[in-house]
Amino acid sequence: MTDPALTLNEFTAALGSFEAEAGPAVAAATEADALEAVRAKYLGRAHGWLKDLSAKLGQLPKADRAAAGAAFNEVRLRVEATLDARRVALAPVRDAGALADPTMPARETWPGGVHPVTQVIDEMIEIFRELGFTVALGPEAESPWYNFGSLNFPADHPAMDLHDTLYLSDDLVLRTHTSPVQVRTLQAYPPPIRVLIPGNVHRRDPFDASHAPTFAQVEGLVVDEGISFADLKATLTHFANRFFGATKTRFRPSYFPFTEPSAEMDVLCGVCRGSGCGVCKQSGWIEILGSGLVHPAVLESAGVDSEKYTGWAFGMGPARTALARHGIPDIRLLYDSDVRFLGQFAK
Amino acid sequence: MNISHEWLKAFVPHALTAEQLRDLMTAHVATVEGFERTRAELEPFVVAQVIESERIPETRLSFNKVDDGSGTLLEVVCGAPNVTVGAKYPFARSGTTMPGGMLIERRKIRGFASNGMLCSPRELGLGDDHDGILELRTDAPTGTPLLEVMPLSDVRLVMDVLPNRPDLLSHQGVARDVAAVTGVATQLPPELTGIPATPTAMRGDTSAVSGGVSVRLESVADCPRYCAVVIRGLTVGPSPDWLRRRIEAIGSRSINNVVDATNYVLHGFGQPVHAFDLSKLAGNAIVVRRARAGESLTTLDGTARKLDPSMLVIADEEQATALAGIMGGQPSEVSASTTDVLLEVATFAPKVVRGARRALGLSTDASYRYERGIDDAAVSRTADIAAGLIALVGGGTIALKLDVGADVAARPPVSLKPERVSRLLGDAVSADETARLLQSLGFAVVASEAEFRVTPPSWRHDVSRDVDLVEEVARLRGYDRLPDALTGARPSTVPDHPLHLIAHRVRQALAGRGLLEVRPLPYTRGSAVAADALVRVRNPIGDDEPFLRQELLFTLGRRAEYNLSRMQGDVRIFEIGTAFLSGANGAVKEEIRVGALIMGARRPRHFTEPEPPPFDAWDAKALAEAIAHATWPGARVVLVAGEADLLWSVMVEGTDRGSVCAVPLDAPVWAKRAFGIEITLGKMPAMPVAARGAHDYSHGVAQGPSRTPVRYAALPVHPAAEFDLALIVPDAVAAATVEETIRGTAGELLETLVVFDEYRGEGLPAGTRSLAWRLTFRHPERTLRDKEIEGRRAQLLKTLHTEIGVVARTN
Repeated sequence: MTDPALTLNEFTAALGSFEAEAGPAVAAATEADALEAVRAKYLGRAHGWLKDLSAKLGQLPKADRAAAGAAFNEVRLRVEATLDARRVALAPVRDAGALADPTMPARETWPGGVHPVTQVIDEMIEIFRELGFTVALGPEAESPWYNFGSLNFPADHPAMDLHDTLYLSDDLVLRTHTSPVQVRTLQAYPPPIRVLIPGNVHRRDPFDASHAPTFAQVEGLVVDEGISFADLKATLTHFANRFFGATKTRFRPSYFPFTEPSAEMDVLCGVCRGSGCGVCKQSGWIEILGSGLVHPAVLESAGVDSEKYTGWAFGMGPARTALARHGIPDIRLLYDSDVRFLGQFAK
Repeated sequence: MNISHEWLKAFVPHALTAEQLRDLMTAHVATVEGFERTRAELEPFVVAQVIESERIPETRLSFNKVDDGSGTLLEVVCGAPNVTVGAKYPFARSGTTMPGGMLIERRKIRGFASNGMLCSPRELGLGDDHDGILELRTDAPTGTPLLEVMPLSDVRLVMDVLPNRPDLLSHQGVARDVAAVTGVATQLPPELTGIPATPTAMRGDTSAVSGGVSVRLESVADCPRYCAVVIRGLTVGPSPDWLRRRIEAIGSRSINNVVDATNYVLHGFGQPVHAFDLSKLAGNAIVVRRARAGESLTTLDGTARKLDPSMLVIADEEQATALAGIMGGQPSEVSASTTDVLLEVATFAPKVVRGARRALGLSTDASYRYERGIDDAAVSRTADIAAGLIALVGGGTIALKLDVGADVAARPPVSLKPERVSRLLGDAVSADETARLLQSLGFAVVASEAEFRVTPPSWRHDVSRDVDLVEEVARLRGYDRLPDALTGARPSTVPDHPLHLIAHRVRQALAGRGLLEVRPLPYTRGSAVAADALVRVRNPIGDDEPFLRQELLFTLGRRAEYNLSRMQGDVRIFEIGTAFLSGANGAVKEEIRVGALIMGARRPRHFTEPEPPPFDAWDAKALAEAIAHATWPGARVVLVAGEADLLWSVMVEGTDRGSVCAVPLDAPVWAKRAFGIEITLGKMPAMPVAARGAHDYSHGVAQGPSRTPVRYAALPVHPAAEFDLALIVPDAVAAATVEETIRGTAGELLETLVVFDEYRGEGLPAGTRSLAWRLTFRHPERTLRDKEIEGRRAQLLKTLHTEIGVVARTN
């Protein structure tokens, strides 16, 4: 089709007639079926008027085709928009065709989820990250020196009874706490040190409603010049307020071989707000973590100058927090891996 | 440790309520975990007076009018013989529940109304006396609660005493700390002020004899001090009320006056005391020695125990008769007919007591205190108190005292720079305050130059460094008084452990793909692998699972079976945890791995798809790839086919990092097949870290190539051309080989290559299947012509045929 049988003016006029007729025809349609007939007549891909017009584009002189194409597209878009608007106006309140009953359920995928204990650990890490803490890890099979000796546990002393230990050999135990990583970190990096140490620990405890032989612990360690008990209180109180929402903390004397002074931190019972209830055993407080200034003997074990540097540390059991916050009555549920249990925390 | 509020007040007459005492101890001394009002069941009982009384004929009963302070006289029928007009008695009004559980109700007895009950001691749970009702000698008006008239009520405080503070394992010890906090001085309990005196002791370094009684120590290392006091002519019988109340107040049972007195000294002063029947000690002798090989002893609990020379015994001239520091023995047991006793008040070395306690599995109040350390300087004085108390409650005379062993040397002083207190606590504490607080606890403080020399009292075994003294100051002032304002901190020198970062990425990726994280126990029965390849726990929690798992999928398989046993067939679980591998010479290698197990429906049921297809190997393959990409971003990941249950090995940059496999389960018939993925994220080094600065801290984590940023490729502006190749592929030819051949032949304009159909069966030659690929070509700068596409197609079919014997499917 090389001989131009049509001029640009003629084509533009044809476009004008098309639009002048199509517009009122769309407006005149009062039912969806009628509108569809209008659409087929003017815009139909097979035999519509617009299709005829597009065929005529080829009959124009080459030089005019770009301008004609642009005009054609403008008209086409306008008429289509009019038609769409009319279709929306005519549509019933519900589109009876596609969704007979929109209250039917969505097509879901399986919900995945992070274990409730991991959720607690992750939240702790987030909060302590804001305070400049990084994450350190260490092995679970440890030498007795890292697990006990370096941490100032007196040999053959009742303090050892606090940690009923699982032995792999004479030279190897399953770590009873994450504290060995304190010493490993202090040996490997110079102060200032601010680390959080999550990990599994093992004790020879029976597996019952409130004990598990393997459980997660989160340890924190700060060592620098001029670190004091006030820093410990300030940081852990800040953490408690961030983690539990505005609360009150209480510090009371305690004993760990690797800290001195040692303190337990409690937060106000979230159920009774301090007046005493079954959850807090009438005390008004919930025990959260153990803490204290790093014992100079621990710093010395790691080769750190205990006169120049001081530090504080804490250890917390995220499983206890997970049980409390979700009202889980039996710790074994955390280990059973029942998908119905896990699914509850996957939302 | 059970503390009686009333008993404690006998040692330190403070004015605090039990609740105040609890809070004060928790804040400054040791945590009070339990708080129990004893005799709380007697709270509803009141004092009542009998106004009129007449006998009911032909019965043992009386009909009485009783004033209970309510303003109206109550009619009460009573069966006791000792009802006296004008006397006062404990009275249970209607509606009161008796300590035995009976509810007192208004009822008719022999036609007489009864509105309550006058009570005997037994009915109140105050002893066995049921001969009559309990007459109260009191001026208190009627209606007064009984507990205000009789000193029966008490509060039992359960203290959590930690191993560093054995001095708190007695009322006297707790009283010392209460005195330091409150400023009220301690005293000897009033009930002990009248006890008979003990004669001056016969001293000896390793032995002593007096009045035919002898004490000999074979090793002063095992037994540094031994006091023996002989009381003759006593009568074993019930304890007086006050002593019984003390013993019952801490939750023990009253036995007899001698046993109760020894328990009084144990819980009152923290000193174990044992009473021997002197007449049963052969040769009237006490020999403290190691047990002989093959020796045995029946202890007071009735158990015959085999002894060995690691254990210390108290023997007479003939045989072992007590386990030193742990429990007495039957040969010398005090009985109802005992008249002469020998009291033992001694110090035993913690180690030897601990060794025997562990070997025999026999822990007692005595061994508990000896292991932790008693006040060894107080032994002789406590012996006098113990002897005096027994003579007081059992009669008899204190005949003689033997005191063998050396006096205890003063503890070495501890140096303390007073300003270190302020520095460590972050709060200004004056040197004077420090000295005053330490002195209040019995520490001797001598100021010299710029430091204090502080000598701990004999009952404190936990103070050897200056920080121990700092703790004393901190807790006495109160932790709550310390400031808690956040201050600036210098950034840490420690980088995040890479395995933590990797684990976090993998966890998020798997949770995002619909898997549920689990944290199961790592123990396994280990049947699938030869036992010597597994790491064994020497003292396992359960003998059925003595091993640590070598693969996470062991554990996940058992967890999947657990779910199946609960009718849960749709299981999608993963764990990031440690696999324990045994290395050379008993070493244990730890790998941090991710394991995942999928089984059951691929999607939740939906009305548009009532039976979603089950997970299959292809889902597992995709998960493995996702894990590998999350772990080693940007690395080349290839899954290489394996054999049998091993479906694929996961190769990352040419290194085998894990596997995809079918997981065999002990499963019911309705269960779908389970597929597992296990990938090693990194190794956890366990070797000792060298001294600081000398160590190259390598985490041993293969990070793959450093993460190079993705380069942007220009978006296509020219249309693509595509065609399909339906091929007949012999079973021996892998799809990957076909793809390789196609890629090698199609040229660089091939944009994507996707296999979209597989067909087996009719119409195909035996041993072949039909696979269909869609190929998409695109030229970056122009539209491809049909001819070019056709040429490629022809070339591809020719090469496939000649090189790997694959032809186009024509039907």
